[in-house]
Amino acid sequence: MLSLTGAAKTFGPVVALADGTVEIRAGEIHALVGENGAGKSTLVKILAGLYHPDSGDFRLSGEPVHFRSVAESKAAGISVIYQEPTLFPDLTVAENIFIGRQPKGRSRLISRPEMRRQATELFERLGVPIDPSRVAEGLSIADQQIIEIAKAISLDAKVLVMDEPTAALSGVEVDRLFAVARALRDKGTGILFISHRFDEVFDLCDRITVMRDGRYIATHLTAEVTVEKIVREMVGRDIGTLFPKAEAEISHTVLEVDGLSRSGVFRDISFEVRAGEIVALAGLVGAGRTEVARAVFGIDPYDSGQIRVEGKPLKARNPQAAIAAGLGFVPEDRRKQGLVMNLSVARNVTLTLRNKFVTAGLINGGKERAAAKEWSKRLQVKAGSQEHAVSTLSGGNQQKVVLAKWLATDPKLLIIDEPTRGIDVGTKSEVHRLISDLAGRGIAILMISSELPEVLGMADRVLVMREGRITAQLDRADADPESVMHAATSPTGVTE
Amino acid sequence: MSSTVKHEEKPTTAGRTGGGSGGFGSLLRLRELPVLIALALLVLITFLNNPLFLSPQGIKDLLLNATIIVILAAGQTLLIITRNIDLSVGSMLGLVAFGTGSIFAAMPDLPILAVLLLGMAFGAVLGMVNGFLVTVAKVPALVITLGTLYVFRGFNNAWAGGKQYFAGDRPEAFGALSVDTVLGFPIITLLAIAVVAAVAVYMAGTRPGRDLYAIGSDPEAAKVLGIKVSKRVFLAFLANGALAGLAGVLYASRFNSVGATTGTGMELDVVAAAVVGGVAIFGGSGTVAGAALGALLLTTITSSLTALRVDKFWQQAIVGILILTAIVIDRLASLRTARKLRMSEARNV
Repeated sequence: MLSLTGAAKTFGPVVALADGTVEIRAGEIHALVGENGAGKSTLVKILAGLYHPDSGDFRLSGEPVHFRSVAESKAAGISVIYQEPTLFPDLTVAENIFIGRQPKGRSRLISRPEMRRQATELFERLGVPIDPSRVAEGLSIADQQIIEIAKAISLDAKVLVMDEPTAALSGVEVDRLFAVARALRDKGTGILFISHRFDEVFDLCDRITVMRDGRYIATHLTAEVTVEKIVREMVGRDIGTLFPKAEAEISHTVLEVDGLSRSGVFRDISFEVRAGEIVALAGLVGAGRTEVARAVFGIDPYDSGQIRVEGKPLKARNPQAAIAAGLGFVPEDRRKQGLVMNLSVARNVTLTLRNKFVTAGLINGGKERAAAKEWSKRLQVKAGSQEHAVSTLSGGNQQKVVLAKWLATDPKLLIIDEPTRGIDVGTKSEVHRLISDLAGRGIAILMISSELPEVLGMADRVLVMREGRITAQLDRADADPESVMHAATSPTGVTE
Repeated sequence: MSSTVKHEEKPTTAGRTGGGSGGFGSLLRLRELPVLIALALLVLITFLNNPLFLSPQGIKDLLLNATIIVILAAGQTLLIITRNIDLSVGSMLGLVAFGTGSIFAAMPDLPILAVLLLGMAFGAVLGMVNGFLVTVAKVPALVITLGTLYVFRGFNNAWAGGKQYFAGDRPEAFGALSVDTVLGFPIITLLAIAVVAAVAVYMAGTRPGRDLYAIGSDPEAAKVLGIKVSKRVFLAFLANGALAGLAGVLYASRFNSVGATTGTGMELDVVAAAVVGGVAIFGGSGTVAGAALGALLLTTITSSLTALRVDKFWQQAIVGILILTAIVIDRLASLRTARKLRMSEARNV
């Protein structure tokens, strides 16, 4: 019914999608799987009419289509449900379903009773009790998705695309969603289901399409394929020597995390990081890796467990204490959390160690600049001047400034969340070399990364998290794409 | 008409309680209610102290005082609902009011209707300038209209200089618009009520009108849904300008003199009226009826404080307290309903 062949989409030098190919039949649930960054989201946005492919063949019921807007895609019968549904919090549930096409009464004005009636009917068909007259604000994600599905049904959608709909749902809610999806399939709707959870994919879907690095790899009948084969196809690429970690002497334990738990976020997290060692926290987006890092650094609270730095217990919920104990934290979102974008490079570098340059209560500008210069030089930050605002630098150089900022505090342990996200390929390897150097100088590194090659290339040890728990601890020798991916996605064969 | 709107509006504005709750709950749900109660109390207290306050002339004065602000507040509501704002309304009103004076000075025989339409067209053009800058240059409306506030005022200064037009320069029939009454309502007040009713029907009962709420509720989601955000916002600015133009013409009818400073500072009264009337400053909820009530309350407060012989300085402070109270009530109501929603959801699981 829907077929997309060889769709490509580039953003400047970045190839988001090289060969987007998928075919969805009427009355089937079709899974689309791939690693983070495999191009699934780009493909979905093309189907939704948000992106216009640079090339490729897009057909609906055999006819070529070129969507210029979301409205056109919708009119053609494609409905997309995103992981985070986009409802209007101030409008009622009924109005959210019918926005832009509210039923009209005799006066040619919108008829609210009629709108409510139709919404109630939809919910009855779906078998869910949601009050159409309440505002959308405060609804659970699961209910919001049901409303999106109700909207799709009322639009008479032929193709329903669900982008990781289960990521935020509980078990009961997933069951309800699947029941609705199966009912729709039996009525002839084609469903594209994107998920990282293989148990769900194999439970629900009729066929599976695998993508990797922006390319179509294969399509299988679910009945004729195994999880292992899918995983191999998802990760199967040459890791090679892209990210060499320099040999470093691994000595004493710097960080010990023991039985750390936070209700609903992560559970029973225990690991240690030694000086000179790079430990990678791998797993899918949303597995709770960043949350663990934030708890260790004292930004977020935790319920139980203990954190020790070089044997001494670390105070909970106190980043100052963490910094004093020798911890550094490079957050994922540089722009929001790591840098003050409007301040100069020098100011940003010295932000964490202001007190060192204070003379008689005032910051000594000369000392500050000297320290900043020293660190920028060592990290090869390419900035026109120390006085330029950080916002003028490239992503890679910004990352270096963040690193410089923490290195200036002379840390024992550096937590780096997604070190190369949004950084171009050239600078990526520089950042990698930098991290490797730091380990070589005896700093313990805890690196969170969603990029498998980065994890496998850099880490001495890999901790894999899945849904708030550590599901595998792999030494460098044992870590390969299959084992990491398996621990990150599959609930079977893990210490539950 | 406006009563239908109010009731129909319940679910979207403060109908956050979801399930049916008792009398108190449904009262609180009506976001305009506190304003109505405050207005009634205010009028009652003042009346008890000074019975002249509700004489036919007293009522007429109250309505006349509110008329201009009500029209401006109706236009402003269109914008605030979409998470925009227009701070240049006072300057637009001033330009159009002075323009009205100039037109009558040049062509005393021009039909009043033509002048009304000309004034609205002039205002619409000024509104389009704002709308264009906001939607094309993508600069926040707060900044753009703060700029045009001064630009429009500058034009007014340059055009008017020290010149003023007085009521005597205008046809008698034009001035009569704010003197003659129908069923006790001055004619310009009836015009304002018609404006509020029309805007209310548009916002509650038409698809483009509902789009405005969607845009203010979540602009990104609106875009994803294929709502023409820029077009709607632009048209809202245009409509707001036209209404400011209408208010400008009526201002020239109501007040004796128009000149370079006419309408200065009015934008704050207008925004205050909308906020007091329950229009959420971050968009997405509120009604034009509420904004009109807010305007009536604010102007009535000034009159009744004068009638009660309260010091002028305290009058402003009291208006300020009223605005803060409106915001606190709104915040409390939404916190309360959020808590309630959590509880009802917990039961479902």
